This record gives sequence, structure tokens and C-alpha cells, in this order.
Amino acid sequence: MLWLDKIKVGFEGNMANTRGAAVRYESVQKSYDGESLVVKNLNLDIPPGEFLTMLGPSGSGKTTCLMMLAGFEPATHGEIYLNDRPINNVPPHKRGIGMVFQNYALFPHMTVAENLAFPLQVRKVPKAEQAQKVRRALEMVELGAFGNRRPAQLSGGQQQRVAVARALVFDPELVLMDEPLGALDKQLREQMQYEIKHIHENLGVTVVYVTHDQTEALTMSDRVAVFNDGVIQQLSTPDDLYEDPKNSFVAQFIGENNKLDGKVVEVNGKSCLVELEDGTRLKADKVNVESVGDRTTISLRPERVEFDTHDAMDNIVNGRVEELIYLGDHIRVRMNVAGNDEFIAKVRNRGEKRKIHVGDTVPVGWSLNDCKALDPVS
Amino acid sequence: MSDVTSDQVLTTQDGKPLKAALAKALRRERLRSLMLIAPLLIFIMLTFVAPIFDMLFRSVENQIVSETLPRTVVLLEEWDAGSGETPGEDVYQALHYDLMIASEYKRHTQLGTRLNYEKTGISSMFRRTGRRIADFGEVYADQFAALNPAWEDPMTWVNLMASDAWIADQQRWAASQDGPEPTFILSETAVAALPATADIYGAFAEFLQMEEGDSPTDEQPWNAVYAALYEDLADNPQAFSTFSGTNADLLREAVEAVPTFATASMKELFIDAEDGWGDAGNWAVIKTFSPAYTPGYFLSAADAQLTPDGLEMKPENQQIYLFLFYRTLLLSIVITLSCLLLGYPIAYLLAALPLRYSNLLLILVLLPFWTSLLVRTSAWKVLLQQQGVINDVLVWIGLITDAGRLVMINNATGTIIAMTHILLPFMILPLYSVMKTISPTYVRAAKSLGATDWTAFWRVYFPQSVPGIGAGAILVFILAIGYYITPELVGGTSGIFISNRIAFHISSSLNWGLAAALGTLLLVAVLLLFMAYDRIVGIDNVKLG
Repeated sequence: MLWLDKIKVGFEGNMANTRGAAVRYESVQKSYDGESLVVKNLNLDIPPGEFLTMLGPSGSGKTTCLMMLAGFEPATHGEIYLNDRPINNVPPHKRGIGMVFQNYALFPHMTVAENLAFPLQVRKVPKAEQAQKVRRALEMVELGAFGNRRPAQLSGGQQQRVAVARALVFDPELVLMDEPLGALDKQLREQMQYEIKHIHENLGVTVVYVTHDQTEALTMSDRVAVFNDGVIQQLSTPDDLYEDPKNSFVAQFIGENNKLDGKVVEVNGKSCLVELEDGTRLKADKVNVESVGDRTTISLRPERVEFDTHDAMDNIVNGRVEELIYLGDHIRVRMNVAGNDEFIAKVRNRGEKRKIHVGDTVPVGWSLNDCKALDPVS
Repeated sequence: MSDVTSDQVLTTQDGKPLKAALAKALRRERLRSLMLIAPLLIFIMLTFVAPIFDMLFRSVENQIVSETLPRTVVLLEEWDAGSGETPGEDVYQALHYDLMIASEYKRHTQLGTRLNYEKTGISSMFRRTGRRIADFGEVYADQFAALNPAWEDPMTWVNLMASDAWIADQQRWAASQDGPEPTFILSETAVAALPATADIYGAFAEFLQMEEGDSPTDEQPWNAVYAALYEDLADNPQAFSTFSGTNADLLREAVEAVPTFATASMKELFIDAEDGWGDAGNWAVIKTFSPAYTPGYFLSAADAQLTPDGLEMKPENQQIYLFLFYRTLLLSIVITLSCLLLGYPIAYLLAALPLRYSNLLLILVLLPFWTSLLVRTSAWKVLLQQQGVINDVLVWIGLITDAGRLVMINNATGTIIAMTHILLPFMILPLYSVMKTISPTYVRAAKSLGATDWTAFWRVYFPQSVPGIGAGAILVFILAIGYYITPELVGGTSGIFISNRIAFHISSSLNWGLAAALGTLLLVAVLLLFMAYDRIVGIDNVKLG
């Protein structure tokens, strides 16, 4: 990670004017065909210097939002503000937004150095300054010796770094990244996540990042906007998103999740009692159910399921062990709980002899707060 | 697996060298793929490669002079073309024999035509002399006949010239009349004692047997044979001594009479028949083009000529080919550029449009391919001529007056317009196939980096489309440089290409050697341009898809 420290040094001179830009979407709508809305009434405020991730399945409208911000797609309705300036009528090249594309979009006919110099040339930066900035940017991404290579002669990870360096070399206040790690293998992807996160921390620019990979979103972001069906389902910090999903879609999309369908039979302030289809009653956190009689889906994270039950637990049920999957650091236990045989529990591998066997019926328990009563899935 | 060091030959399990085993394993496959392409390969070799090489060979081939005038050419070697003097009597004598034989075979006109390419007038010289050549030796024939009527008898000559074996064979054949007459064979005695006579008589006998189907036993020889006999006897008075019987008697009688014979100067006879034979310049041409291979056609193709003084340009008013080459190149470049100018936006549109629209557009681009070239060219005639559609419309809307109708056809303009239209698809298709592979994100990236639409196009899109431009330009240029039909139809005189001259020499003037030389030069020019292109742009950068 040596080059990360150099980034700090490399851009230190510019720190004063790269505080980052503020972005605001105001009731933005987008339609391609005039028949359906791809983005439905988007309102989003991104404060300066934030790392915001737009997360969602494909077709959820996240990339369209990014393209509208970059200026490649016009908004059908509404206004986007950059530092409180409306930019709907500003062409892309005047927005001063750095962008990293999915397949890097490094110009294949130019060398790495020429690629980096391109944004400086079109801005008519003096030659000497160009050379200096390019050299510094290249050293920053530890590609100092690669300036004369063509992009095709670099590995995927190196191309990725060049793409990031190119988006930053002209000191933009806002950087957009459109699934920039999609083409990398898993290991490199994880490394680059970490590196991009650090660039952001060091430069203080505002980053809007689009991905469909929830791990990426959780690792890097200050806040995550979960998109589905053209609407932001939840906008919050990564831990809130995981711990307190506001609806079933978010709970399903972020992390692993056990679903238990049932009906609310009792409401006690912030908690409620849910009766499952087989009659089992569970105490759950009341998130988005209203009153007795509502259908609901209970969401429960596999790692919150305890095998060492004790009486103080809010919920204890019996389950039959169907399958054990050894994964090294933990063991996945597939069990049948309350008629649902897709119920997963994770047991940390502490090195002791396993005491769970397939076919056993064992009691499992969890706390009320880990068990969210959300809107019904189907 | 055995341990193998680097200098050991790798072997298979049963000890055969690995390389041989691999080659054997692959041979079958190779053979099979070769067999797949064999029909096409043979077809191409026979119908394309072989004729091309044959034509290219014609551009230097020049055996006709040495084959038609073998005796003259040998003697001419001694003659100094720069002296300005006509050659000596011996050369005229040799020419007499050569031309006698050639005129019987009717080959002297071909030779005349060939030499006429180098100097006008030679053709008629040969043709006219050919008509009179048979009489040149008459004076000798008459005197031999007067000396002894036996010289008029074909059998006298056969007995004198033919080998005994042939005479015997011939008699057997005459008795049975079975199959063709045995091929005439000269007697060694005659060849040794009367070399010139034997030479000509042999040619005479061969001509009779091969061309006329007659027998030497039935025909009195040419007058030239008598002239040769006179020459031999004058040179060698002892000629009779190796002969025997009647032959010896006849010859002894002739030898004694020969000094009293009236003689005829062949030189005078030739010059009398045709003044040209007294012109050393004509002889110089014959001598210059007597070698079997000549650069003459190539020099002609480059408006130069070979004279006894060496290489020099043809007179100004005869120079035509260099200018034609220049015009062909220039018009081809103009056509290529206009194709590029018109084709680039179309190709861009094709690549940028959604598939269903671009498919329709592609069909429109390909539509001209499905129409006959001739029809399209003729359509341009209808459009462009002075009383044509375009001029009519321009007059009608008042842009030009009726008197000032534009001349757009039968000149270079017509050629450029029609050929640009015809070659346009060849530019669009390679461009399109390259542009299709240029991802639109590059232009987006450029814009996001601050480039205006134009800068994004010029710095990012255009350089990536260069391979398509290269491929299209090469294709169009090479097609244009050898184009024939369209310039022929709409080019008039100022819009024709070098290929039209080639066609003219192939089909009208029948100067195939010059046509081949012009074609070779064209081929070389294209190859040179191709190499230059490779050096500058790099042929690896050319993409057709």
C-alpha cells in the first residue's frame, strides 16, 4: 500500500481546493421511452467530501442517476445541483467531474502518460505543469515506469489505477465511479476497494460510486443508497443498512438473511408478536408493520442465531439439523425451523469438537432486536 | 518419464524422436487441409497466376527478331550501329535468306509490326519487301537453268542435297504412300561443301513438308537457293570434289561457269525495293532489338527509348504514358479522398444507430452492389451529360443559363463522380466494421475529462478509426488505380486511365508487350505504394473487420 501514502503527498498541494463538491438531486425523474419511469422522483443530498454508493440490482436506475449527474443523460424532470448551481444545461465537459468507467475507457491509441495528460491538455494547462502533474500522478499509482506503455500492455489492476489517476489528475471536486471494479478478479477487487477508500479519505473529494456488489458498498461508503425499481429504498450508513434494514428488499439485498413468513398477533410499542404459519410465536422488532393482523416477513441474520440457548433469550425454538457445511472460519448449519427448511445458522469455529450432528433436533435462540418484522415478501 | 537434459533429443516412449513423431501426427491433418483448398488453388494457379506471369513475361520477351532473322542478327553483331553507315553486303545476303524464309511463313509482317513499335515505317518496309523478296535471286536461278536445264529439275536438288538414307526412305514411302513423307534430311557432304545452300535448301524442304504438305522431290527450290549456291561455289571452287557421279559433274560444270555469271548486289536490290533498307537508323533498330529479351517495352511505357546512343526520352509530342500514370494516380487519390469524405459520416451513422435502423441503412449502402456496374455507369451518363438531368434541373431553377450548361461527363469530372459513387461501399464497409468496435464510452470518457465534442472526436474517436480509414483507402485506391470500364464510358479523352491504354494495346493495337509492360509498371506502382503505406501507417493497423 505504499502508493497510497504517495497519493497523500502527491495531492497535498491541492488539498486546499479539493474539499469536494456538494451534489443535490431535486425531484429528478427519468424516462427513456415516455411510457415508464426509470428513475421515480429522486431526492438526494450529498454533502461535500462524502463517499456515497448507489447500490442496487441491474435495472434499478442507479447507473441512470450517475449518467444524469455526469451529463450523458438529460433528466426528464427535476434539477441536479452541483455546489448549488443547477447543471441540467451544462454540457458534460464543462461540469469538471472526474469519472472512472466500468471498463476503464483508457484511450487505447495513447500511452499511459498521454492518457493522464489528456484532461490537462484540453484544459490548456501549461506544458511544464502538465508534465509535472502527469509524473506525480504516475508515481502516485506506482506506475512511474509505465508512462510509455499502452493501456493494453498493462494488467487489469494497473489499468484500473491509471483510470483512477486519470479521473483525479485534473483535481475535480467530484469523482464518479461506474462499477469500476467489475472487471477485476476477487482478490484484486478487494485490494482496490481498500485503495479507492483511502484515496477518498486522503483527497477529500466527493465520490459517487455505483455498484451492484453489496460487499463493495459496505466496505467503502460513508452512506449507501439502495436502489430498486427507480426508487431509493434506504439511504443510510453501511452498519445501519445491515443492522436496521427498513424493508424486506434491503434486508434481502444486503447480507444473508433468514425469512420467516407470519402474521402480527400482538403489538407492544416498538416490538410485536408474530405467529408463523405452523403456530410458532416469535417476538420481533416492529419495523414496517402497522397493526395486529398484518402479514409480515421476519428477517433474521444467520450469525445471530445462538445454539447456546438460555432462558433470558427472547425467542427459543426447536430446529432439526438438515445439513452441515464446513467453511473453515465458521460452519453453516441448514436446519428446519418452524417448517422452513432453508433456515441457516452460522456457528463460529472455535476449534472445539463439533457437537451438532445432522438429524439432531436442537433448540436455537435469538434476541428480539435481531429479528425484524418487515413488509411481507410475497 | 525419463530424465532429459537439454542437449538430448526428446523421444517418445518407443524411442522415436519426438519431433518426427509430432510431424507425423500433424502430417495427416495438414494433408487433409491442403486437399480442401486444392481445387481452388489449382483453379487460381491455372486461370489467374499463370496468365499473369505469362503476360508479365511478355513485357520483356523479344525472341521474334532473333527467331525471324537468325542469320542477319548474328552478322549484325559485327556491325557498328553508331557508324551511320549501312551494313555490308554479307548482312544483306543473310537478310535475303532470312526474309525469304520468313515471307514464305508469313512471319515477316509480324516482325515488321513488332519493330514498328520502336520506329514507325518499318512495318510497311517489311511488308513491301516481303512481296518482292522471291525475285531477288532470280538472276542466279535463270543463269543456272541456262547453264544446264537439270538445275530446274527438283530431283537434281534432291540428289545433291538429301542424304542417301533419306532418298531411300523417300522412295520406299513413294511406293507405299503409307503415312506422311519421311522428314527431309540433308546429306553431310552437302552441308560441308555447300553450307549456305544446304542451310537454305534445308529450310525450303522443311517448309514444303511442314507447311505445304508437298515433297521436295516435286518442287523447284526458291530463287534464294540458287543465290546461295552461287555464293558457295564462288567461295569454294573445290566444292565438287567431295561429290560423286552426276552431282560432281553438274557442280564442276557450274564452278567453271560461275565466274562468268552476272551478279546482283543484294544491298542494291533491297534498297531498290524499299528505301528504308538504306537507312542506317532502321538497321540500328533491328540490331538494338535483336537480343531475346529487351527493356524496350518498359522504356516505351515510361516514354523513353533505346537508341544506339543509349537511353533517351521520346520526343515531347510522343510522350503519353508518364502523363497517363500521373493522371491515374492523381484521379485515384481524388476519388479515394472523396470516398473518405462522403463515406466517413455514413459509416459513423451506421455504427452509432440502433441495430434495426443501421441494418436498413446498411442495405441501402449495399444496394449499388446488386446493380450492374454498367447500368450504374450508364445512369451517370444520363445524369451528367449536357442535355442530362442535372443540367436540365440547374437550367430550370436558373442557376446556369442554357448556353452555360456544365460539362460534367467525358472528362475527369465525370470519371471522379461516377467512380466515387461506385467505390463508395468499399470505403464505408471497412470503416463501419472498425467503428462498430469503438466503444462509445471512449468519447464519454473524453467528454468527462473536459474535451469538447470536437476534441473528443478528433483526439479520441478519429485516431481509433484510422485503421478503418487505412483499409478503406487502400481498397478504394487499389481498385481505382486499375479501373477500366467506368473511365472508358464516362472519361472521354481527359478522364481515361492507364488501364484504358492497356486495354487498347491488348485488343486494338495488339502490342501485348507494351500492354504487359504498362501493366507491370502499374503493379509495381501499387506494390510500392503499398510498401510505403506499410512503412508509414503499418499494415497491421489495417482492419477489415
